[in-house]
Amino acid sequence: MSERITRDDVVHVARLARLQLSEAEIDRFTEQLGDVLDHAEDVESLDVGDIPPTAHPLPLVNVTRPDELVESLDRFELLAQAPFAEDGHFRVPPVLGEQP
Amino acid sequence: MSAIETARAVRAGERSAVEVLEEHLARIDAREAEIHAFNLVTEESARVQAEAVDATVAAGGDPGPLAGATVALKDNMCTRGIPTTCSSKILEGWIPPYDATVVTKLAAAGAVFVGKTNLDEFAMGSSTENSAFGATHNPLDVSRVPGGSSGGSAASVAAGFAALGIGSDTGGSVRQPAAFCGVVGMKPTYGAVSRYGLIAFGSSLDQIGPFAADVADAAALFDLIAGHDPRDTTSIVDFVPSAGAVLDQGVDGLRVGVVRELSGGPGSVEGISPDVIARTNAAVEALAAAGAEVEEVSVPSATLGLSAYYLVAPAEASSNLARYDGVRFGLRVDGATTGEMNTATRTAGFGEEVKRRIMLGTYALSAGYYDAFYGKALKVRTMMLNDFASVYDKVDVLITPTAPTTAFPMGERSQDPMTMYVNDVCTIPSNLVGHPGISVPFGVGDDGMPVGVQVLAPATHDALTFRVGAVLEAAANAGGES
Repeated sequence: MSERITRDDVVHVARLARLQLSEAEIDRFTEQLGDVLDHAEDVESLDVGDIPPTAHPLPLVNVTRPDELVESLDRFELLAQAPFAEDGHFRVPPVLGEQP
Repeated sequence: MSAIETARAVRAGERSAVEVLEEHLARIDAREAEIHAFNLVTEESARVQAEAVDATVAAGGDPGPLAGATVALKDNMCTRGIPTTCSSKILEGWIPPYDATVVTKLAAAGAVFVGKTNLDEFAMGSSTENSAFGATHNPLDVSRVPGGSSGGSAASVAAGFAALGIGSDTGGSVRQPAAFCGVVGMKPTYGAVSRYGLIAFGSSLDQIGPFAADVADAAALFDLIAGHDPRDTTSIVDFVPSAGAVLDQGVDGLRVGVVRELSGGPGSVEGISPDVIARTNAAVEALAAAGAEVEEVSVPSATLGLSAYYLVAPAEASSNLARYDGVRFGLRVDGATTGEMNTATRTAGFGEEVKRRIMLGTYALSAGYYDAFYGKALKVRTMMLNDFASVYDKVDVLITPTAPTTAFPMGERSQDPMTMYVNDVCTIPSNLVGHPGISVPFGVGDDGMPVGVQVLAPATHDALTFRVGAVLEAAANAGGES
């Protein structure tokens, strides 16, 4: 098994990603993510010097539009797609009192 | 009959769009059970669309340039009032309140949508085996995969379920299934086609592209869907598609580069099959015979593409897929708190490959690893842009195989992610740099399955890929592929 990433790393990352993994999934992902990261060794070990990063293939600047009122999607039509909505709002279980 | 010829006949009143549709529906009836190209066949709305086209013609009007042409739409593009699933359980029950721009454009052109096609969940995969609704089979040999992630659209065109297909290509997801199913598939320049209404996977890589049975139909479809859209801020403002106009210009005097790193020869990445190399070499010879000047060129960073992609794409995916939290649309699994509800929903709703990519992307972006992985991968993108810029000083287009192998047997690679990812080695570079690429069928491999040859061109030179593709197609049809 690869040592690139540990079981504890996988458990930590799953918590960040809001996923609950079974013990078998943790084992499998530890190995498989290790394989991918092993392959990425060619990128990780590269001496890239001062090369600037490219996050996006187009040389884009901010795109703006005139500040004019235009028709938008209907609020109640959108809310109708929510699992739970009430009084024109999305409804969720309690947020306060959660562990961070 | 090609889509162009169908549209001509329908506009001239020589054929009815309803009759054209019924022929396609009959083929779907006959073979869909063994192929499973669709998540949903939209038979009723298709009949309404076809009847409207015929009514327009009967009234002396023009229903548009694609009148009566049937289209299979990948199920990660929004269709108002029609479920859009991304082949994921997490979008269960969701019905988009708006149409994607490609859908609006095709409808206005008189096209008839026969259905929403299967894909690897959220377009993550190369075989269309990772679908919550079951795998799609290759119409040419149902024991093999159709490629992916747009496998349903590619299979639809190959099986004659639709004349045209629409897919999305983040790392090869149009071109590779096109190659596996023996049809034409093209990834436009990033920003050439609006992504409005395309459900996001890797936002700096995703691009919608056409499938068709031949290059001329693919070019006509591209010309129709491309162009600026104010609703997509990454769409190129002054892009004017012109592929159909240049198809007969040939390649006389055109400078063609063979990419050493993706050639299968010395200095190449490993794993490209000898039969695929042989067909690619034959394609290069066909271009030379048609008057092109051929030389070998080097894109050194192409060997780093796979690693860079499998850091960048999962990183973008982990961010994009954070929106599936059980609050605004689709599935919700109850929990005592919002956090528990979020986790329960995502755990139940996402399939294994999607979870794997979210995990990989979250890791690559997490504190302590960002610079080593994601940050470095972004610098590799710059190296690739520079390498391609130098190569395009010397040549006009590049030739590579589309995929390292022909369509592989179902189940062969689904247990080992890395062997699946290697499929994308030849297609990934153009996504990382935003350049266009086309896959054109060029003969068959040792197993009798089609081989696709890829033509790459600089950004915004999309028409050139079709022009060279047309020459390859003519050579293949003339028997020059062997």
